[in-house]
Amino acid sequence: MKPLIQDPYNIILAGVGGQGNVMGSRILANMLSRKGYFLTIGETFGASQRGGSVMSHLRVSAASTLSTQIPKGKAHIVIALEPVEAIRIIAAYGNREVIVLTNTRPVHPVSVIAGESGYPEIETIQKTLEGLSSRVWLIEATEEALRLGNPILSNIIMIGAVSGLDILPLELEDFTAVIEETFPKKLLDVNRQAFQIGRDKVK
Amino acid sequence: MPKLNEDKEGIRVLMMGNEAIVRGALEAGVNVAAGYPGTPSSEIIENLSKVAQERHLYVEWSTNEKISLEVAAAASFAGLRAICPMKQNGVNVASDFLLHLAGSGTRGGLVLVTCDDPGALSSANEGESRHFARMIEIPLLEPGDFQEAKDMTKWAFELSEELKNVVMLRSVTRMSHASGMVRLGKLPERMVKAEFKCRGPLLDQETGPVSSMPVVYHHTLQQEKLRRARELFEESPFNTYEGPEKPELLVITGSACTLYCREAIHLLGLKDRVGLLKLGTTWPLPPKFMKKYLALTEKILIVEEVIPFLEDSVKILAAEQAAEIGIKTFYGKNDGTIPMVGELNPDLVAAGLSKIMGAPYASMDGEYAKEAQEAAGALAPERDLTFCPGCPHRASFWSIHKALQLDNRKGFVCGDIGCYSLGARPAGFSTVKIAHAMGSGLGLACGFGKLEAFGMDQPTLTVCGDSTFFHAALPALVNAVHHEANTTLIILDNSGTAMTGFQPHPGLPINALGQAAPQIDIAKVCEAMGAKVVIRDPFELEETRATINALLEEEGIKVLILRQICALSPEKKGKKSHTMRIDESRCLGEECGCNRLCTRVFRCPGLIWDKEKKKSRIDEVICAGCGVCADICTSGAIRREEPVSV
Repeated sequence: MKPLIQDPYNIILAGVGGQGNVMGSRILANMLSRKGYFLTIGETFGASQRGGSVMSHLRVSAASTLSTQIPKGKAHIVIALEPVEAIRIIAAYGNREVIVLTNTRPVHPVSVIAGESGYPEIETIQKTLEGLSSRVWLIEATEEALRLGNPILSNIIMIGAVSGLDILPLELEDFTAVIEETFPKKLLDVNRQAFQIGRDKVK
Repeated sequence: MPKLNEDKEGIRVLMMGNEAIVRGALEAGVNVAAGYPGTPSSEIIENLSKVAQERHLYVEWSTNEKISLEVAAAASFAGLRAICPMKQNGVNVASDFLLHLAGSGTRGGLVLVTCDDPGALSSANEGESRHFARMIEIPLLEPGDFQEAKDMTKWAFELSEELKNVVMLRSVTRMSHASGMVRLGKLPERMVKAEFKCRGPLLDQETGPVSSMPVVYHHTLQQEKLRRARELFEESPFNTYEGPEKPELLVITGSACTLYCREAIHLLGLKDRVGLLKLGTTWPLPPKFMKKYLALTEKILIVEEVIPFLEDSVKILAAEQAAEIGIKTFYGKNDGTIPMVGELNPDLVAAGLSKIMGAPYASMDGEYAKEAQEAAGALAPERDLTFCPGCPHRASFWSIHKALQLDNRKGFVCGDIGCYSLGARPAGFSTVKIAHAMGSGLGLACGFGKLEAFGMDQPTLTVCGDSTFFHAALPALVNAVHHEANTTLIILDNSGTAMTGFQPHPGLPINALGQAAPQIDIAKVCEAMGAKVVIRDPFELEETRATINALLEEEGIKVLILRQICALSPEKKGKKSHTMRIDESRCLGEECGCNRLCTRVFRCPGLIWDKEKKKSRIDEVICAGCGVCADICTSGAIRREEPVSV
């Protein structure tokens, strides 16, 4: 087992209900669990399909189990499937050292659709995130997933991107094994492609 | 992802709390499981049904929680082991039978699992179920981590058999829906023949008839069982202490709060000054064990969700033992150290600890926090919950809203529990004005519908889902018919228990095990009761609206069934009936007579407003292709096209 840069290592995966947030967190956690680490996932998904903000807290440790909820200000990596969700998470769990990976495709809240509130430009989001973190990666995950034929694959692309940072031992071999346990065989190839696309995005 | 029936003793897997509970039940050799869906408990029955064949189980989704407990109890009386999971509100529904059950006692191991929802993350209240254990006088167990969720569940069956009474195991959302590491145990080969022995002597627990009468005799027996539970709890490995021999402060906690407390002590660097007493057997508390730790220090902090249940119990014990252990200062909910409402987290516990110990703690650098929070305030718009794209409820509420406007008599909707609870929000055009428990919508409407004599002239509509109809609305419908209450019951029939993950119910031709099952026809049931019944497709907006207006004019109880399958149902999910397109030459944008009716009012997340072009736009990633918005647009700018096969 490789020693972690920080123990526990805290990952937050955020997005909007229906984007595959819960599935993403489980795939990531199971990949790390195969490496022998202790994992916890904290999430809520009662009303998550219904357009609300969703987040999963992943904690990786070599030895122990702490709270399934990460304390405020203590995230090491934030993975956002939706760009303003990255800012929302940073406001509660961010710090100067945090690394942010965000999908660029907005999911407009109904208040924005109705014209009651505005939605920032992606450049504004990027600049804001850069000012509040040590490193920001913007990834066109939804567009890439659409090219693969299914927007839901954006969560796999984002997982691939995290693996490409080489901060955590997230290997293709473990990804393949977890996908084989999780989905029907016919979906393996497209998932592997998505994972590789994500990896290439941060190289 | 873990395979729950894997017979690999000793391997460590990542499991959701609910999966760990399932694994514990399987390791105990459970035979029967019955429940009604309710977040955060639903995955227990779901996962048991997946392994039912291999593990030789009977699993059912019962009509409601009271019946599920009766089904599970029957198995226990026949000598089998049974589990009955439900959410906190379910315990309220089951409590009438539960009180009798606790009086009669049980035979085979019977475990009632309640999954509470502190903070009401997916509930209409954050009600407690723990007080039922005290009120009904049955033992209560609370796992403090994922391993314990499994181990305690297994032990709960043994405890139930030792005491001959039902045992309550309480989880919370942050346990049931969170995941952690669990080391697997053995799966037994347990074949038991079911037989209900009832011809023995009247008062024989094992072979006689079963009832809670004579009451005082049985109540006395029940007290003896509680006394025995207390003795067993004195030695329980689920009650543990970690910390210094002479702590300045003793924190007493249990359930998910165990992890918050451990984290908070770690965050504040108080490991050498603060002791942590983690309790797994939370009712009745073992007095000798408690005395040993209460004697360690003068200051006690109790951390729990939601009501001060442990706090009360500990204070009573401390009062009884005051002569031996001295006077204590208590911190917790009653003095405001820990918030009285909502769920807890490591930060809230850290704040409380910091206050007591005078150890300053800032979770974030002040300047950074200010900057980040200002950015979120300015750039991250609120995300109000809404109906999914393609949800039939949005269409139903649209028609209800328009019908009430046209009716113009200040009519309102009595709501109920399900996805359609969002009818109180802009998602349902704020038509729902009152909502309580499952089935209460119609009961309230019965009451409102009898107030004409007192001058009330507002018409009422009631919405209720198909699963809710069977669960709790049937008695209210009988009441409405018998008392000729004036109301219209709108059954939003989306062919499943959608809110909790699309579990089957008695109105469907399938059961929890995926086998064919007799289907109960809602329309026929209502007709047989004597109500007028009309069936419509909510996607036919104008017809639905006109039907509601006509029904609002009629006297007595009318039933309108709006039938259209849930957008997330397996047969619909990911398949679009139509590709939607906006004809920009027709879209008038803000000039449209209704000022953007589609986006400003209808607000389907699949339809977005393009600020640059000042036109509406379809978000092809989100749109489910139901086609309803085409009928909303008065300019004919939104077009349905046949789906293009990908």
